[in-house]
Amino acid sequence: MKKFLQGNEACALGAIYAGCRFYAGYPITPSSEIMERMAVELPKVDGVFIQMEDEIASMGAVVGAAWAGAKAMTATSGPGLTLMLENIGYAIMTETPCVVVDIQRAGPSTGQATKPASGDIMQVRWGASGDYEIIALSPWSVTEMYEMTIQAFNLSETYRLPVFLMADEAVGHLRESAILSKDISVIPRSGKTDLPPFGNPQDNSVTPMPAFGQGRKLSVTGSTHDHWGYRKTQSPEVQAKSVSRFCNKILQHLGKICSYEKYFVSEDTEILVIAYGFTARSALKAVEVARQKSIKAGLIRLKTLWPFPYMLFHPECFGTSNISKIIVPEMNQGQIIREVQRVADRDVFSYNKSDGTVITALEIIEKIEQI
Amino acid sequence: MILDKYLRSEVFPTPFCQGCGHGILMQAILRAVDESASDGIDIDKMAFVSGIGCAAWIPSPHFAADTLHTTHGRPIAFATGIKLVNPSLKVVVVSGDGDLSAIGGNHLIHSARRNLELTVICANNSIYGMTGGQVAPTTPCGIKTATTQQGSTEPPFDLCRLVWGAGATYIARSTVYHIRELIKYLKNAFLHQGFSFIDVISPCYTHFGRRNPQRAGATPSEMVLNLKNIAIHAKSPQELFTFPSVGTLSPPSGRTCNQKDRILIGEFTTI
Repeated sequence: MKKFLQGNEACALGAIYAGCRFYAGYPITPSSEIMERMAVELPKVDGVFIQMEDEIASMGAVVGAAWAGAKAMTATSGPGLTLMLENIGYAIMTETPCVVVDIQRAGPSTGQATKPASGDIMQVRWGASGDYEIIALSPWSVTEMYEMTIQAFNLSETYRLPVFLMADEAVGHLRESAILSKDISVIPRSGKTDLPPFGNPQDNSVTPMPAFGQGRKLSVTGSTHDHWGYRKTQSPEVQAKSVSRFCNKILQHLGKICSYEKYFVSEDTEILVIAYGFTARSALKAVEVARQKSIKAGLIRLKTLWPFPYMLFHPECFGTSNISKIIVPEMNQGQIIREVQRVADRDVFSYNKSDGTVITALEIIEKIEQI
Repeated sequence: MILDKYLRSEVFPTPFCQGCGHGILMQAILRAVDESASDGIDIDKMAFVSGIGCAAWIPSPHFAADTLHTTHGRPIAFATGIKLVNPSLKVVVVSGDGDLSAIGGNHLIHSARRNLELTVICANNSIYGMTGGQVAPTTPCGIKTATTQQGSTEPPFDLCRLVWGAGATYIARSTVYHIRELIKYLKNAFLHQGFSFIDVISPCYTHFGRRNPQRAGATPSEMVLNLKNIAIHAKSPQELFTFPSVGTLSPPSGRTCNQKDRILIGEFTTI
């Protein structure tokens, strides 16, 4: 179905399609349209919407809803995400599937509420305490706001963790024709199981998400716990095994989770642009123009920011290509570029902008010509 | 034991200190559950949610029920999500006074305002126990704590008045000495169709008693007996607003610090 609508609205429709039946949130620009649309759509499908007293409570209610058996979501922006991180950490520790949408605006702090940025990439990666891996997706279109919201729910059900949809304001508030597919498969909540609620003791793999009210007498805690949920706050073994599961359930499935697109990337490519979110739209245009000017440029668009697709840039895969220079344009002072520098055995150049405006194709073309 | 079926026997003994009142409260909650069976209360259809601190360990891991041991101050927010998704569950929050009224104060007042059917049991020892005995919003004036070596100077919260002002529709206070009333109030709260709040005064000998033997009692048993001596039964619900009990500002002067140790107990609203 083709529709002309806003990115934030497409996100809400994607959530409903994915089976989201609980939303708790707190108003914050530029994400509020998601909450407003969920308030309209959820009652139509017997879902529950609630506006909470703050973002801390919103995230708590989302986790509670997930343990009561619902697919649940919230949406916010950078300052609200900061408050949510407390209970996001709890969701990581208790392996609670849920979706958190962050429509990023210029910061730090209140910053510019209506202006775009990609300033929260590291906040979602490292904001909660302790050791863990997360999944974060980066949409570049209204269609992807819909599709990636569904994907975020599917990933959260598969790996039992909060999954982030990291749009910038420019994509959240973008209005364009979008395709709202009804053919995307949806992973249902796993239902009743007799396996331990927190990891399979045999191989430490993820077990199905149970629910309260099933008569299982579940013990759920944010303290370090064994496979059955009993607190083990003095055991080095249980702590190590828990952290290992939180990390390895993601790191061992990079190939399945990571997603990216290549444009004009072939054996002749010499200059590679790596971009995500709205910036990737400008980068694609820039690469097209560069090719017209006989500059051998290409683009890799990251659809998954976390886990970072390290394998893509590993010298073993990258070694024989002609790519000699990499440009990473970002609406921040350089966040994803650090991951590229860690693995890409090439000259890596940044193009950073933190003035609350988007990066244009012209700016990227100039950078390509300059290096 | 009649209550064994409600307990995860493998986790005992409890971690509570000698003289702690929380074990008595634990038993009172389970007795109330047991005695409410004929009213349709079934522990398999209950979810116990707690925050962080000694009180949070009353249900988690001891109760053989679905238990959610959450973050500090946030149990009511989690409980709200559970109740809205599965209204057939009886959702009960058990947490401490610092958890519910300091870091979690915002959630307490807003859930009272919403009047969602949740039962919130505040195990009120008037101090931060697990972290080593720091002053709480409920600590009476003059009480010495790890962070008020000369005695607390701030007027404390009366949590029953607080939730009344916020819109709670069932409010009661008891102590772990007044066990029969406590069980009765718990049963009434479980059956209440709206937000119910019970303030349960529970002694912390380790941190509160040892530092304040003259006022609180010199031994654990004296601390429990002291509850008997300072508690006054409310003759009417309206007394909540006229009685200058410990943990209240003394009207009409408002901001003075009342040092008289008196606790008003009873049911203050049964709408």
